[in-house]
This record gives sequence, structure tokens and C-alpha cells, in this order.
Amino acid sequence: MTETATSQKTAASSAPFIRIENVSKSFGSFKAVDSVSLAIKKGEIFALLGGSGCGKTTLLRMLAGFETPTTGKIFIDGQDMTNIPAYERPVNMMFQSYALFPHMSVEKNIAYGLKHEKMTDAQRKDRVREMLDLVQLSQFGHRKPHQISGGQRQRVALARALARAPKLLLLDEPLAALDKKLREHTQFELMNIQHKTGVTFVVVTHDQEEAMILSDRMAVMDKGQVKQVGAPTEVYEYPNSKFVAGFIGSINFAEGKVAAVNGDMAEIDLPSMGGRFTACSIPGLEAGKDITLAIRPEKIAISRENPGTKNAVQGVVNDLGYLGKDSLYKVQLPSGMIVSVNLVNARRVGEYDRLAVWEDKVWLSFEPGSPILLTN
Amino acid sequence: MKQRPTFLITALCFGFAFLYVPILSMIAFSFNNSRLATVWGGFSTKWYGKLLSNDKIIDAAILSLKIALVSATVATILGTMAGITLARFRRFRGRTVLSGLVTAPLIMPEVITGISMLIFFILIATMIEKLTGLRTQRGFTTVTLAHITFSLTFVTTIIQSRLLSADISVEEAALDLGSRPWQVMKDITLPIISPAILSGWLLAFTISLDDVVITNFTTGPGATTLPILIWSKVKLGVTPDINALATITVSIVTIGVIFAGIAMNRAERRRDLDAQMAFRSNQ
Repeated sequence: MTETATSQKTAASSAPFIRIENVSKSFGSFKAVDSVSLAIKKGEIFALLGGSGCGKTTLLRMLAGFETPTTGKIFIDGQDMTNIPAYERPVNMMFQSYALFPHMSVEKNIAYGLKHEKMTDAQRKDRVREMLDLVQLSQFGHRKPHQISGGQRQRVALARALARAPKLLLLDEPLAALDKKLREHTQFELMNIQHKTGVTFVVVTHDQEEAMILSDRMAVMDKGQVKQVGAPTEVYEYPNSKFVAGFIGSINFAEGKVAAVNGDMAEIDLPSMGGRFTACSIPGLEAGKDITLAIRPEKIAISRENPGTKNAVQGVVNDLGYLGKDSLYKVQLPSGMIVSVNLVNARRVGEYDRLAVWEDKVWLSFEPGSPILLTN
Repeated sequence: MKQRPTFLITALCFGFAFLYVPILSMIAFSFNNSRLATVWGGFSTKWYGKLLSNDKIIDAAILSLKIALVSATVATILGTMAGITLARFRRFRGRTVLSGLVTAPLIMPEVITGISMLIFFILIATMIEKLTGLRTQRGFTTVTLAHITFSLTFVTTIIQSRLLSADISVEEAALDLGSRPWQVMKDITLPIISPAILSGWLLAFTISLDDVVITNFTTGPGATTLPILIWSKVKLGVTPDINALATITVSIVTIGVIFAGIAMNRAERRRDLDAQMAFRSNQ
């Protein structure tokens, strides 16, 4: 996976291939997309991530040409797309429902877009064959969509959308209809196919894991606005707002005040966690400033003994969930705040030899580099 | 399976009796030798012979079929267009008026529709006479026009509801793949709604074939459809040749229903096989 990911990144050139400039879309008084500007590079997988109603699908439909922006412009490969209808755009879409033509065979579905291309019948046949090979459905060309399984339908939809060699492929919740096992497999297949074809992918998803695995970069959206754009690691480890921090993964928040800044370290008073903590500072921090400390559950260590380091605090196990590969502890601090902690079950544990169970006293601690400081 | 409640069986028997005893007795009396429709006088097929040699009835049947064919076809074309417009074009000037006008005949009493049509046709006829001096008579054309008007409603409703329940992204996909709107209509929309178009046509055909009320208002002296003919004959008492005619009709319908049943059964078995195939290919 790392191999594909790095080669994808080298494939992505730095010049913006798709430019979304200040695009807004209103339906009546409802603003579905609110002045969004994005630059997407050639050959990258870009994910639009957000909850339902955040405007991600509307943005995708504007890229496809099914909706026209109320204000703003969209450029693809330097060409203004704002007034170009869907059927003349160098863009193809893979629909969430797959939208296969029920009355046509798999081959005819894939060939449908090619009938508008200037090519001979033989070339057309070759292209269909090539696409069937790409998605490993060579034996299923004559089947109708209802004669193949859900996963195969998804691949037919992908092959059909790629057949015309679009400059941009839009994928609307590409994996939502598949079960978990198939989804994991298909994620990597999608990345492989993207790598082979070099087409720029824009993926809409509400599933953060899907966005993180698939994408080179992603945009987190809320209420029609883009909240943060960046590589998955950047968005996960360095969220720029409470919303993004809370939307991606789970996280503990504690409100407090900066007590002092010593070089690249900051001392922070967190009454809800009962004391003073040390964290790596961020630019523009000064004593007396209100601040939110956010820390992810897997970045907190849990132990029975006092670790004797900075940033340690004692609490009582309030709740405990066993998830197989890890366990989730909910630890209540003396102040009443409940902190979530993830503990990887690195060795096999029995029912009675766990680190701690309900009502046990435990110590929580974290490195100064682990928490995220948010000033807004 | 052993103990079936007697009440349910009795109810079932009564149900079937109410449905089929009248039809069966009608069929039986069509083979009656007696002139009287309700007194058994021995077996005979003479009424069928009489029926076939009765030109009036044959002519009426042909006229009915002609009207049904033309009106169903025209209503299907217009109704499909109206249905697509109402389902796929959300906002345009006069949308409310169109949807109201299209569904109006559905709730209007047939007598009212009939009378208004009659007045309308009389008006038109007077105008034509004034303008060209030609005297026109009500007949095939007026009846067909009237039938188109009310069967249009049914076709539109069928097409509209079929399109509203269909996945619109299939049409968007075709647009996305480079087809212009009219090509999408031809390649995707029409094939997908073709079963609805067919059932709309069949419904329009049947409605036209057995309509009495509106036909009665809009027809003229020269044009008597089969239902009108039967209606006027029955006014003078039920005769066995009407029974024979009804028996023939029932037979045709029964055969049609049986064939449709067989076809549906086959389609269902094919679907089962397809589902199995999809499941196997997934392994």
C-alpha cells in the first residue's frame, strides 16, 4: 500500500488541474455550497469528506455538470466549465447507485459512452475488452446488470466511467453499498486502477476511514464550507479546528488557559483535567490565552503505577469496551471529566487478567508532543 | 392443513359463487336452444351461428376495435409525453395547469364529461358548417377524440408514477457519458418505461373498448359501437345471441389471462436463475 501511495504522490504534478473558484450554490434560501475554493492536482485522489447535507455531493454534481453554480467558476485543465453541459465535459462519474443501464449487457453498458467517440467498431471493441480486463470482468461481458453481484456491478460502473478516458473521474460514495470485507479489498483495487490509468479522482464520502485510505489529499466540509484541506495525516494529526478534530476520529477536549510559554514548550492550566500540563507550543501562543487541548485516545498511555513523568493524572475506570484489537477505557478524573483511552491489545488477555477493570484506579499520561492545541 | 375452519371455506365458496356463477350461467344459456334467455330448452349452438351472420354485430365489433386501437395509440403517445414532462421537468410555466387538466377527467363524472364533449362537438360542427358549408356528423372521429381525452389521463398517470419511482441517476449517467438529452430519452428513458407504456396502452384500449356513457353522448347515427349495440339490444330483453357474444368475449379474455400468467411465470423463473447466477459468480 505504501508503495502505491508514494508513487501516486510523485505522479501528482504540482500545477492545479481543477480549480474551483469561490463557488456557491443555493437552493431557494438554502445555501448548499458556500464560497468554496479548491485546487486539485493532476493524477491525485482527492476526497470530499463530510456528514450528510454538508454540500459535498452538490459540489460533485457541479463538477459533473448536473448543477450550475449560483456564483463562482470551475476550471478543468484550464478550461472554464461553468456553462458547459454535462455531456460535453471531459468528466465522468461513478454513481452511488451505480446507475447501470438495466436493459443493456455489461459490454453495452461500458460501450455506451464510446458511441460518441470517433473510433472504428474494432477500436471500440478493443476498448471495451481492455476495460473489462482492467476490472477483471472479462467473462461477464454478456451478462445483464441484474445477473451479477453487487461488487461486480460496482466494477462495471467504474469501467463504464473510465472507458472514455476522462480527465476527471468523480466517485459518489463508491464503496457505500459494499459489505465490510469487500470494501477493504475494493479500496486497494480502486487505488491500483487509479495508478494504472493516471486519471484524477474526486471521491465523495462520509466515511472518514475510506477517505483516509483512498485519498492523497482531502477536504473536510461542513455546512457548505471547506473546513480544512490536507493530506490525511495532516488532517488527522494537525486539525485546524475543533470541528475537524472532532469529526475525524475520536478525541478528548479540555478547555484551559496558557500559563507560560518556554521556547517551544507551553505550560497549560486545565482545570477540567485537574492541573498544569506541558505541550509542544504553536505559533502565536502567549500566556493568558484561552486554549483547547485536544488529544486522541490512542495517544494516552494507561498504567496501574504512577509513571512518574509530566502530564500524568489519576482516575477511575468508569467504562470499558473490548473491541478485539484494542480496548477502549473511559476513565473518570477527580474533576468529573471522562477521558477516552485506547489500549492496543498487543498480547492475548483473558477475561480476568486485564490491565484494569471497572472501578480500578489507573494513571493516564501523555507525551508533550501528543496533544493538539487549538486557539479557536 | 387438516382442520380448515368452516367459516373460511364458506366465505370462499360464496366469494367464488358471486364472481363466477353469473358468468357460468351466461355461458350455459348461450348454448340454450330456447328463444327465452332464462328457460332451458336443450343444447344448441345456433345462437353462435346467428351471431356470426349478424352483420350489425360484426360491424359494431370492428368499429369498436378500430376506435380502441386509434384512441389507445394516440392517447399513449400524448400521455407518455405529458407523463415525462410532469415527472422530469420540475418547474415550468403552466405546470400546475397542465397537471390539473390532465387529471381532471379522472375525477369528473363521466356523464358530465360526455355532456361537455357533446356541446363542444356541436359547437365545432356549427363552426365548420358556417365556414365551409359542410355538414358534419358525429361518429368515428368524435368518439375517438372523446376516448383519447379520457384515456390520456390514465396513460399520463401510469407513466408519471413509473418515472417518479425510477432511479433518475440512470438518465444522468447517460448524459454524463456524452449523450444529448434527446439521445438519453431514446436510449434510456423510453426503454426503461416501455412496460409502463405497454400497460398504459392496454388500459386505454380496454377502457375505450367497453365505454358506454361517453360514447353514447358523442356518437352519431352511423356509428354504433359494440357496447352501445349490446346496451340497446338488452333494453328489449336479453336474447341468447347476446349471451353467445359475451361468451366469446369471456373466452378471449380468459385465454389472454392464461397466456399472460404463463409468460409471468417464465419471467419469474428466469429471474430466479439470474439471481442464482449472480450469487454463484460472487463465490
